[in-house]
Amino acid sequence: MKLPEPRGPISSALLGVLAGEPGSAGESLSGLRRLVGGKLAGVTNIIGDDDVQLALFCLYELHYSGLEGVQDEWEWEPGLIQVRQMLEKPFEEALRLAAREAGGDLDLPAGSDLTSDAVADVLFGLAARDTGPSVSRFVAKKASLGQLKEFLIHKSIYQLKEADPHTWAIPRLSGRAKAALVEIQADEYGGGRPDRMHSALFARTMRGLGMDDHYGAYVNAVPAISLAAVNLMSLCGLNRRLRGAITGHLAIYEMTSSQPNRLYGNGFRRHGFDADVTHYFDEHVEADAVHEQIAGRDLAGGLVEAEPGLLDDVIFGATAVMAIDTRLSAHLLESWEHGRSSLRAAVPAAA
Amino acid sequence: MNQEPAESSIVVCPDGPLIIRGDFEIVTPSGAPVPRDRKTVALCRCGASAIKPYCDGTHKMIKFRTEPPAS
Repeated sequence: MKLPEPRGPISSALLGVLAGEPGSAGESLSGLRRLVGGKLAGVTNIIGDDDVQLALFCLYELHYSGLEGVQDEWEWEPGLIQVRQMLEKPFEEALRLAAREAGGDLDLPAGSDLTSDAVADVLFGLAARDTGPSVSRFVAKKASLGQLKEFLIHKSIYQLKEADPHTWAIPRLSGRAKAALVEIQADEYGGGRPDRMHSALFARTMRGLGMDDHYGAYVNAVPAISLAAVNLMSLCGLNRRLRGAITGHLAIYEMTSSQPNRLYGNGFRRHGFDADVTHYFDEHVEADAVHEQIAGRDLAGGLVEAEPGLLDDVIFGATAVMAIDTRLSAHLLESWEHGRSSLRAAVPAAA
Repeated sequence: MNQEPAESSIVVCPDGPLIIRGDFEIVTPSGAPVPRDRKTVALCRCGASAIKPYCDGTHKMIKFRTEPPAS
């Protein structure tokens, strides 16, 4: 991905360090850690903090497709991993707080009743409760062409690498949960056909609207909350101790997807776009109705049956994605209903 | 009964679709193949899907129940 523009002292210092040589960066790294430690103390809303979320996004990106001009060896530089952990700790604490608020009082099955179907019931119940602001209804009925492009820009941060953060969990699972995740991911990656990968289908939708479909092309345009949504997945995918959370995340993601995607497709059809553009959404109506069953029962449910102690983390991942999605939806609708752009900066393609 | 696991299975999801996994084909009454894009599919059994024979998750909206209510 192209190097993004820094958004404050942390991301600026981080990108400065990454421009140098790994392996002999002890001094610049200890300087970065001191700066991060000092600046973090003044951050009050880390989920909505542009500087921290962009820094985390870049640090995670080293584990995905990398950053242009940044040497690959940085990925496992111990001093840089420490910086990531300094940022992850308060981010995770804020996510746990937001997740508890989103989850409210939950009636969880106890001990011997912790079957996979009982776990799926809890997750389907959470997904049904998700009555937050509806971006999908707005997209279906009201969104202008410019707002449709903005919508794609926010989604592009994740959808152009769709499924990748959950793939990290595969070697951390076993048995039924592993087989379930592999089955879902094989479908996400097109069942062996590269042109049918969900990320490729999303790129096609972007091209259909004359937009840049290169991974990360619009990172500079999106606010912190859009980066936080992806950082949540990378946090839970890259840390083995959070393997329960990444399965809960995927389950809720799939369970809240089929109907919204039908409405998204309707919004693009309303503007005269044909199946070439709407295929991505139409595909998700069908695919996610399959995936939600497998993710709820076999993946999250199967994992909790095997490791009952992970139930709380499954619920954390599930309610964290609900909390972040509610904030992102509120931001989009507030912006659009007041006739404002939801992006940080004007982007030519969204004009 | 054959004790070997069957080549295909149908998972009966409570309050939801039938998940079909394995080696099978979906055909019309005259034998023509029904378009299919994935190995494992979910078949509608609430009757309300807009993409029948496949499930689109509508069963959740209409509160479809597979068990009769307890009396």
